[in-house]
Amino acid sequence: MSAAIIEAVDIEKTLGEGVAQVKALRGVSLTLKGGELTLLMGPSGSGKTTLLSILGCMLAPSSGTVRLHGESTASAGPEELARLRRNHVGFVFQSYHLFPTLTAIENVRLVLDVRGEHGADTRTRAADALATVGLAHKHHAFPRELSGGEQQRVAIARAIVGKASAILADEPTASLDRENGQAIMTVLAEIARNPERAVLVVSHDPRILPFADRIVRIEDGRIVSEETGLRDAVISKEPEVTSHVP
Amino acid sequence: MLQNWLTRIDKGRLRAASQTLRATAGAWHAAVRGRIARAKDRGVPLIVVLASRNLFQDRVRLITTVIGIVFSVILVSVQIGLYLGFERMVTTMIDHAEADLWIVPRGTRNFEDPSLLDDRQRFRALSIAGVAAVAPLVLGFAEWRRPDGGATPVFVVGSDPRSGALTPWNLVEGSIDALAAPSTVAVDRSYFARLGVKGLGDAGEMRDQKARIVAVTAGIRSFTTTPYVFASFDRARGYMGAPADRATYFLVRLAPDADTSAVRDRIAQNIADAEVLTTAEFRARSRSFWLFGTGAGAALFGGALLGIVVGTVIVAQTLYSSTKDHIAEFATLRAIGSSTRYIVEVILWQALLSAVVGFFLAMLVGLVIVTVTADSVLPVVMTPGLVLGLLLLTVLMCAVSAVAAIREVVRIDPATVLSR
Ligand SMILES: Nc1ncnc2c1ncn2[C@@H]1O[C@H](COP(=O)(O)OP(=O)(O)O)[C@@H](O)[C@H]1O
Ligand SMILES: [Mg+2]
Repeated sequence: MSAAIIEAVDIEKTLGEGVAQVKALRGVSLTLKGGELTLLMGPSGSGKTTLLSILGCMLAPSSGTVRLHGESTASAGPEELARLRRNHVGFVFQSYHLFPTLTAIENVRLVLDVRGEHGADTRTRAADALATVGLAHKHHAFPRELSGGEQQRVAIARAIVGKASAILADEPTASLDRENGQAIMTVLAEIARNPERAVLVVSHDPRILPFADRIVRIEDGRIVSEETGLRDAVISKEPEVTSHVP
Repeated sequence: MLQNWLTRIDKGRLRAASQTLRATAGAWHAAVRGRIARAKDRGVPLIVVLASRNLFQDRVRLITTVIGIVFSVILVSVQIGLYLGFERMVTTMIDHAEADLWIVPRGTRNFEDPSLLDDRQRFRALSIAGVAAVAPLVLGFAEWRRPDGGATPVFVVGSDPRSGALTPWNLVEGSIDALAAPSTVAVDRSYFARLGVKGLGDAGEMRDQKARIVAVTAGIRSFTTTPYVFASFDRARGYMGAPADRATYFLVRLAPDADTSAVRDRIAQNIADAEVLTTAEFRARSRSFWLFGTGAGAALFGGALLGIVVGTVIVAQTLYSSTKDHIAEFATLRAIGSSTRYIVEVILWQALLSAVVGFFLAMLVGLVIVTVTADSVLPVVMTPGLVLGLLLLTVLMCAVSAVAAIREVVRIDPATVLSR
């Protein structure tokens, strides 16, 4: 397997103030590698979202270190963390978080725009990303004109268009029915075939299990088990999926 | 003042102006719609697309914003336009007089502040080196007896028509030369009703002396609303009851190569109880008396300032609440790695677009106001400089209005996206 893209070591995170203070993470170490789809599972409140936020440079850990491509993020301020996110991390959220006033292709292009890429090729790249998720025909649709599954696919296109090396998805199928959930997971699994890319999917949905190369279980802010080497078995279970991933 | 305008508004002109306004607004609206529709296929920067969609999505709020800006810009431009009109009007007599230097009674505060000088001083001034000509001017109030028996106060302006010192301008009927005949005057046609006359040839009386109208002007109006009546120098003294050896001002013309300040000093040393002012100084003195001595200027500037404050508050409020509504999107922007600068730019674009839309609508309304007040006592004046200044002011006002919204977005925690 290829190089470590995100390495988190001994992460602790305390959230809230005073009596409401919660130790969300109590010493978690996790490495995301290219070409791997990691499934992070655990009960509600176990710290999954908190861990994903820290891995994705949205939240700073209370202690422990996060390294992105070998570089520590410890000294990074908010603007530097934003720069790391826009250059290396693609997020997929449970509730899509598309911009309602922008069309599908504009939503995808926005990621590039934020990075200062405004050229004509951004349209082509956004179109390619939409084609990857099977939405080549919906460029000019607004989010309200798309189904939940389609909106989530736009969100995935947005996450991959910038060639982010880490795709972090927090409960991406939780708002979708079985069929759409499967479709989304298929796309994410395809993306994870790229050895330059690590995919982390947070979920407590057992239907997702077959798509994982690795399953990490978390409870009460601690990793309790880890299974690896599941990949080949998984892919062969879904032979009908053949979408192209950039 | 407002009532004055309203009564003077020409109905037809108003209708024409409103039609133009409607047509322009319609065309403009269509153009904007088309532009937005085409934006996705053209090179409009995505950040501008995002800002304009945020703006145009909520129509009610957009309308509020635009009304706020229009109100504010109109208020400011009317106040400043009035100021400019007022400024122009208070010096109109000085502007139309032909003088390099003015010899005025000591303590004169403005043009319409008549006290009298000894006419013999004129000859003393004339003997000074560098002085080419000295023409007397006499000013004073008189009571005009209308043909129907009523009376109204008027302001008599007397100068020798041959001297050309201050003769009526914008003549529409009759002739200046006719003022040489006895018992003749020139008046502005806008004062016909006040003077109880119908036109050329009609006559009133002042101090039991006949005053027959032999010349009619257009647009020589006094902001004091007291009609001006022009007459020859001698006749004017008779109408206002001034002694025969007196004049209000002496208008000095310099010899071609004379040094203005040297001549001015020489005159000042030789003439008692008088001051010698350049035309620019007299203009400035009149202007500052009326604008600042009377509080009129303060009122106009106060109104303008109020307009700016109200506009800023309205725009700030709508921009802030719009930002609050879109806060989840701004958090998403931050989550996908946008810099603070990019987010601030989105808001500033929203502010700028509001400013531009509001400004152009305001200018259309302004055009109507300028048109309908053109012939009024106090016309609202628009100059290219004022238009440019107002545009800058509008943009600045909207940028300042964006501060509250910006303070809100820079505090966004991107992690909130995951808990929504
Ligand atoms: N902003 C916060 N303030 C206080 N406590 C929080 C906050 N966010 C999450 N928590 C708590 O931290 C723990 C872990 O939360 P989270 O990472 O969201 O769990 P999961 O995603 O696994 O459901 C939970 O007990 C949650 O209540
Ligand atoms: Mg969660």
